[in-house]
Amino acid sequence: MSTGTVTRADLAEAVYREIGLSRTESSELVESVIDHISEALLRGEQVKLAGFGTFSLRDKKERMGRNPKTGKAVPITPRRVLVFKPSQILRERVDSALTPK
Amino acid sequence: MLRSELIDTLHEENPHLTRADTERVVAVVLESITQTLEKGARVELRGFGAFSVRHRKSRSGRNPRTGGSVFVPEKHVPFFRTGKDLRARIDSTRK
Repeated sequence: MSTGTVTRADLAEAVYREIGLSRTESSELVESVIDHISEALLRGEQVKLAGFGTFSLRDKKERMGRNPKTGKAVPITPRRVLVFKPSQILRERVDSALTPK
Repeated sequence: MLRSELIDTLHEENPHLTRADTERVVAVVLESITQTLEKGARVELRGFGAFSVRHRKSRSGRNPRTGGSVFVPEKHVPFFRTGKDLRARIDSTRK
């Protein structure tokens, strides 16, 4: 993994390297992991990945917002949104790697 | 859905892999994302979303119980932004 943005291809490469499945199968499995997470969310389920974090759905009511350009008040329609809450482990790993202590 | 259920589903679809290998696939994917964030870099999964790290400046906060002011040090937090496609599909499941 280099310093740039990581994509599906890099995740597939990691599976290929570390598990030793074929490249094709590695990339299919990565896609499959992403698809199963999306499908569970689309069924309205929460997705809890121990040690990583939780994806959950939140239903937002209509509220008033503002067009930042014109300053006009505009209604923000009700919507369902996906939120990710990183686990304590992920938070600690990221923070201790990047924040000078 | 739990991590174990995700592994079960993947294992059912890939019976030629051992369950241990299926577990490792999930572990490698999540560990790669984590290690990327530890470097301060982004993970972009088109159609799904992007993981990145946000810096939070130090600030003075309040202890909600005592009302006293407390120093909250700077920190780096993992952040996920839902991709356009998934965002629209999720919103359309709203009742």
